[in-house]
Amino acid sequence: MIFNNGRLRHKRVLPGFTISLGVSLLFVSLILLLPTTGLIMQTSSMSLSEYWGVITDPRVLASYRVTILSALAASLFNCFFGLLLAWVLVRYEFPGKRILDALVDLPFALPTAVAGITLATLYAENGQIGSVLAELGIKVAYTPLGIVVAMIFTSIPFVVRTVQPVLEELSHDEEEAGMTLGASDRAVFWRIILPSLWPALMVGTALSFTRSLGEFGAVIFIAGNMPYISEITSLMIFVRLQEFDFAGASAIASVVLMTSLLLLLLINLWQARYLRRIHGR
Amino acid sequence: MNSFKPLRVGEAPLIKWSLITLAVFLGLLLLLLPLVSIFQQAFVGGWERYIGHLTQPDSLHAIGLTLMVAALTVPINLVFGIMLAWSVTRFEYPGRKLLITLIDIPFAVSPVVAGLLYLLLYGNSGWLGEWLYEHDLQIMFAWPGILLVTIFVTCPFVARELIPLMQQQGASEEEAAVILGASWWQLFRRVTLPNIKWALIYGVILTNARAVGEFGAVAVVSGNIRGETNTLPLHVQLLYEDYQAEAAFASASLLALIALVTLMLKAVVEWRQQRSLSANDNKEQSQL
Repeated sequence: MIFNNGRLRHKRVLPGFTISLGVSLLFVSLILLLPTTGLIMQTSSMSLSEYWGVITDPRVLASYRVTILSALAASLFNCFFGLLLAWVLVRYEFPGKRILDALVDLPFALPTAVAGITLATLYAENGQIGSVLAELGIKVAYTPLGIVVAMIFTSIPFVVRTVQPVLEELSHDEEEAGMTLGASDRAVFWRIILPSLWPALMVGTALSFTRSLGEFGAVIFIAGNMPYISEITSLMIFVRLQEFDFAGASAIASVVLMTSLLLLLLINLWQARYLRRIHGR
Repeated sequence: MNSFKPLRVGEAPLIKWSLITLAVFLGLLLLLLPLVSIFQQAFVGGWERYIGHLTQPDSLHAIGLTLMVAALTVPINLVFGIMLAWSVTRFEYPGRKLLITLIDIPFAVSPVVAGLLYLLLYGNSGWLGEWLYEHDLQIMFAWPGILLVTIFVTCPFVARELIPLMQQQGASEEEAAVILGASWWQLFRRVTLPNIKWALIYGVILTNARAVGEFGAVAVVSGNIRGETNTLPLHVQLLYEDYQAEAAFASASLLALIALVTLMLKAVVEWRQQRSLSANDNKEQSQL
């Protein structure tokens, strides 16, 4: 008890406990939690069969499929591209390296609507990239492939920025031992380096996937938004709202919200586990 | 000589340069080309037309509204970010971890869903909206709604930058200051602020960049009233869908400019942070 008391007093040497916690709780309640009550009330006014009917409507189901498949493709691409960028930025010196490093954050800094109209223009059939691809018979803008391109752009930084610090702090001892003992580059990379990068790479890819699932601004300009083919779920919510179908919009939004919260929770748990493993060594 | 050769994977010139070439090529194609093409498209018709597009009354109003929303969002989230980071890194209490997880929600939630949450609460059919309507307070389809969703979307940035740093630094310097009789303002101004300065600046830069550019959430609550509730990103959309690509890119170039400044400030902040860290190391080493 005495020890506890002492500890408690020790913690409260610093001022501002009540006010900082009070402001934080008030803010979190008003800005983050209060708005969810509207969604809960709106969806709970629907019957279960109504709710089920809305979220399994064929057009909505098609939108889940388009969104998930595009996000998977985009995050898979960024898993490789992000690892490549992180590797090159950490391991090598070359002219323009700092500019490339700064450019990686561009998708975070550039408003999504701006990215959207720019990518749509670039990849249109008369655009700078689109015209080259059109000669090869590949159409990007206004097809599902366009959605993937937009998702790749907006989620590039995630893998790079999660893998980069881990790669920087990686100890070179094991790597050098492997090389001295005559193992090939490839063997050392697969057996020694990749296993240490794996957790960070997974977290980065998962973050990139979550971001891609929710991406709206960059996608809608390039997607063409054809029902059943290139319509993403975020847009479905928007369409329902424009039809003043608030219940429908809420039902779809509740699916999206629960999916992203679940993903966030899983990523946090996974991150906590692998952080403990690293510090526990 | 041979023993000085670094024993690292991927140091063979062929592997090294092909990886660099591939990364730079993809970087140019996927990142630099879009950035350059924004300005290219904006200046297709020359300077005069560019200025002309930007000085349209609707454009000027959109710029003003966007700046106003950002100017209100940044200080609100700055105060919240510092308060939250202070409470979760300097005190122990039940639910502390939950609070840290909760502020990540805006990162995970689709902006359209964020907008919808606010629309359902404050719109005329929401329980709070009905009461507001009776009292003649308009929040949705007006600037207060835009401000609220912008605060929602940007609230994690400052806190996210501060929490890991303040956790790592620990409270010993601050406790020493309090024991030596510092007032809370002296404590903050002289001890805490100098330690978290760069992270704080970076958090503000990120908050500002996102506040200026938010699209999905604002699109839901704005109502797109030209010259009234159109922010700059919505203005870009409106012009683009009106087949006025040149005008759309003129407005977009302003947002791209803000993004460029953000990237440059970030580089400067990182450089300063590294310098102050290595200066501290040097100081410690010379004391030893």
